[in-house]
Formats: sequence, C-alpha cells, structure tokens
Amino acid sequence: MNLVITLLVSRGYVGKDRIRRVVEGYRDQTDEAFEKMFERDKEELREIGIPIDLGSNDKMFDDEPGYRIRRDAFELPRIDLEPDEAAAVGLAARVWQHARLARQTSTAVVKLKAAGVAVDSEALTLVEPLLAASEPAFEPMWDAVVSRRRVTFPYRRPGHEATTRRLEPWGVLSWRGRWYAIGHDLDRDAERMFRLSRVTGPVVASGPSDAFDVPPGTDLRALARELEPRPAEGTATVRLRLGHGNALRRQATSVAAEADGWDVVELPVSDPVVLADEVVALGPAAVVVAPEQMRAAVVRRLQRLAGAEVAR
Amino acid sequence: MSDRAADQVQRMLALVPYLKDRAGVPVEQVARDFDVSAATVVRDLNVLWFCGLPEAVTGEMIDVDMDALESEGVVRLDNAEFLGRPLRLSVHEALALIVALRTLRETAVAGGADAIDRALAKLESAAGDGAAAAGQVQVVAAPVDARVGAAAQQALQRGRRVHLDYLVPSRDETTARDVDPLRLFSAEGHAYLEGWCYRADGVRLFRLDRIVDLRVLDEPAAPPPDARPRDLSAGLFQPGADGLTAVLDLAPSAAWIAEHYPVESQAETGDGRLRVRLRVGDEDWLVRLVLRASGGVTVVEPADIAERVTATARAALAAYAVP
Repeated sequence: MNLVITLLVSRGYVGKDRIRRVVEGYRDQTDEAFEKMFERDKEELREIGIPIDLGSNDKMFDDEPGYRIRRDAFELPRIDLEPDEAAAVGLAARVWQHARLARQTSTAVVKLKAAGVAVDSEALTLVEPLLAASEPAFEPMWDAVVSRRRVTFPYRRPGHEATTRRLEPWGVLSWRGRWYAIGHDLDRDAERMFRLSRVTGPVVASGPSDAFDVPPGTDLRALARELEPRPAEGTATVRLRLGHGNALRRQATSVAAEADGWDVVELPVSDPVVLADEVVALGPAAVVVAPEQMRAAVVRRLQRLAGAEVAR
Repeated sequence: MSDRAADQVQRMLALVPYLKDRAGVPVEQVARDFDVSAATVVRDLNVLWFCGLPEAVTGEMIDVDMDALESEGVVRLDNAEFLGRPLRLSVHEALALIVALRTLRETAVAGGADAIDRALAKLESAAGDGAAAAGQVQVVAAPVDARVGAAAQQALQRGRRVHLDYLVPSRDETTARDVDPLRLFSAEGHAYLEGWCYRADGVRLFRLDRIVDLRVLDEPAAPPPDARPRDLSAGLFQPGADGLTAVLDLAPSAAWIAEHYPVESQAETGDGRLRVRLRVGDEDWLVRLVLRASGGVTVVEPADIAERVTATARAALAAYAVP
C-alpha cells in the first residue's frame, strides 16, 4: 500500500534505493530480501491492474532508472450515474452466476461506489437475467477471446467421434443459456461455431497474445441468428381433440369448432419436422389434415412406432 | 503480499475514496457496500492508519478516527487527499460488468431499457479497453413477451396479486391460478415469474412464454412470510424426490435428448447408441417423448412404457384410415 502511495504521489520516477529508504517495511530488510519483496509486490500490483512504469527522469544523463504510477492511467475517470442508472448497475452485479465473473463484476461495482455512485438495486424492478456458465470450457475460452490467443480442444458432435480442433476464437456467444465459441477454424480454414458443452476436454491456449485480428464487421449477433428457428413458410391444418394440443392452439392463426368434439386449427409452419414431432407426441388427440406430405410423414412415423414395438 | 494481501490492497484503494465523501458512515454500511464482514473493514482501517506519504514528501499519515470507530461504530478518515479516486476498472472487470448490463438490457421491458442504455453509454466511455473487448461477447436471452412481461413487472412493483391462465405442456392442459409474485428472472433460455401459487399452495415457477393470459388484480399480494424465492445456484431443474427414473437408449437421431434434458448419467452402448438415465415427471410425459422421437428412443426402463407407446401409436393411426 505504501509502495502505491509513494509511486503515485511522486512527481518523477523514483529510484529503487529511494523506494527502499522511504517505504515502511522495506527499510529493515536485507538486500536479498528487499529485492525479492519488491519484485513480488510490483508483480502483484500489476495483476490487480495498477500500471507501474519504468523510466528515467532525465534522458540526457545515464542515471539509475526509476518507477512511477501515472495518475491518469491509475484513476477511474469521472462518472456520474443518475439513480435509475445506478440501480441498473446494482442489478447487473447479480447477473453472473459464474464465480470469477461475479467477483470481477462486484469489484467493478465497489470501485463505482468508491467514485461516489450510490447503488440501490431496489429502486428498479426488472426481469433479472441469471447468466450461468457451467461449461468447463467457458473460462479458458473467455480468456483466449480477451487475449486473442489460439486454442486447441477436443470437440464432439452428437453421433460423431471426438476430434481435435484448432481455433482462433473471435468471440463467445450465449444463446438462450448455452455458450458457443465462434472463430476461424485453422484446419478447415473457415468460420465455425462450437457449442461449449460439446468440448470434451481441456481448452489449451498456445502462442502469444494478440495472435490474430477479429475480421472487421464480424457481427456475433448476426451469427446468433443462425441459431434462431426459421420464420414460418406455409401453413398446416390439424384437427385437435377438444381440450388437447394446448401448446399448438397458442400458435394457431385460426381455430374452428367441429361438431364431434374436435377443433380444426390452422398453424404457421417454420419447420415441418418440428410440427410433425408435436403432432406425433399428441397421439390420437391430433390428426394432420394438410398438407398431404406432412400427413404422410406422420403416418409413416406412427406406423414405425406401432410396428417396431410389436416386433419385440 | 499473499493473494489475500493483493485483494486487500485493491479493497483499500477503493475504501479511501469511498470514505472521502461519507464521513461518519456506519461500519456496517461499509461492510455491506464492499460485501465483506465488518471485522474485515476494521482490519483494513487498522492497516490504512499506518499508511501515508513518504517522509521525504511530508511524512503525513492517513488519519483514522479510532475512537469514533470503537465507541460509535462509524468511520472517519482524513489526510488522504492523495487517494481521491478509485483505481480504474481492469479490462476483465469492465468486460464482466458491461456484459452483465447488456444481458440485463436483453430481457428489459417497459421503461427499464432506457436507464440501462444510459448507464451502458457512460460505463463504456469510462472503461476503455474493457469496452472494446465487450464487442467479442454477445448474449442473446430468450425474448420476453412485452405485454406479459410488463404486466408482471407492474404487479411486482406495486405488490399486487395476479391471475394466470397457464399452459402446462407436460399434462397438455391450461390451468387458471392466482399467484403472488416474488420475482422475475430469466435463466437457461427462458424467462420466469416466480411466486406463491394459491392453487399449488407453494412457491412455483411460471415460464412467461407459457402464460396465456396475465391479469393484475386489485388485491395486494400477501404471500406467507416464509415464501422465499428458490435458491437456483444448483441449477433450475432439481429432480423431485417423487419423480420417475427412466433408462433410455438413444439412436443418433435422438442424441439431442442427452443435451436438452439434465441426464443423470450417460454411456455408449457400443452399437452407436447412447444409454441415458433420466429423471422424468411422469409416464405420460415419457410416452410423449418417445412418440416425438419416433423410433430414435428405446425405453429400457420402466418396462411397460413400450406397450403404451405402441398402443398410442395404433390408436393415432386409426384416425388416418390406414392399416
């Protein structure tokens, strides 16, 4: 702490001898012990984000180099938050359900409080997102994205053998609770997306930081759209027994009652397979009327289910 | 400095500017704001008391009013003008906070979004490199229906009871119930209203996208005093004690089941299939899952499910007038 203060308040660079004389705790150490303590303290201060410069006060003379902390690189710039903005920050502190990121967020919020921001998270009622990241691959992938280092990891798609992948990770994406890494696949020489829950072993970063550039115009949000269900193309007509198929009824564009305890509903179709899944799952409570192709597909699936089990 | 000592330095560097404009703040308040114990705050203050400007400058030490601390439990700190501002946010801290705010923005409805946008703009300009790195992280949350979301938010804000028409797909029914809201959150891909449900006589979660209709009632919410939101740190779905355990063999076409549902165990069977053990709500749900997967799932346990699947498929075929 005294080292920070000494380096922060001095006008110029402070030589090592002088540091040893003025900083409490260094003064009474042996040469060797002082060197060790000083190196370790410097390293730890850099780790918590304190920038320590090495330089010389006078370029003309070959005097001993010294250390300093530049105040403008040390201090949080001025930041004024309105009460509702500060409340949003307070709620943000509860978002991460991942130990390290939750800790880093609270440290950030503590610094804002120290800068005079009064954080009262009760002032705002919002839907509170809980952002978990339980995939073991998340943390090393996150670090590789931030430092832009190459990574290698074993990856396995369902129904396939695991393979080793080499990636320049451009970014990470959380899509509805699942994490993905996006980047340049070095073996396929193409852009690829990887679901982190399918990474089956350690993510190993190698080589230097800043090893690649993220191509300008890379839009993670646009890439995320590939994960969205496709928009509806066409419609299907399905008969539903009264009181059944409640989930399908919610999507229906029209519901018409029939006399015999059935309704006929019109449904928008984005993926015919997904709709057929839904109809088959409802068993005798749902019947596809049209299109003919979907009707035939459902019949084939039901025959397989009826037949395959009979054979046992 | 051990690792703990580095944390302490970081905390003290925030503590000094924090106390600058809060002379006489109770030590308990400091502890809450820093999310540490009061004893830790007192220990930090004792260290700070021995810190100060090097003798060669003025030799002045930070002054902590130890009398006020001991007798009144309040903190006064002087002679620390040289530490007027906290340390700037590290890249990782700024990134974590900005991503958290953007996530909050994703699920915001009705009004809240504006405050978050303003906070984000200010933080991004103060954060430097951390804000730049935030471009490499994207969070897409489940969309929240604006009408249902805003009505639920309003009920929670005003402390009102709500009436829900709620779809229960696992039983294929829509139920009507009165609920006292406790909180609104979004997790694992869906937004939820958590509240005291008078129909179930307990705390329940309601997925917002399954709320067919939500009406805010005039009655004030009055949940039992012991009704608390569930602790979700172990995940959203905790297997109930009364559930049923199923053992299923999954063909590659049905391997998604192992990723989509929280399976207890999974193992290769050797013939390209995956054997999973899974807690299921009830038999009806399991029958529907097997039908949905259309041949991709073979039920190993419970034994009678296979027959029920066959019977259901045959009954369904009858409606298509094919053999």
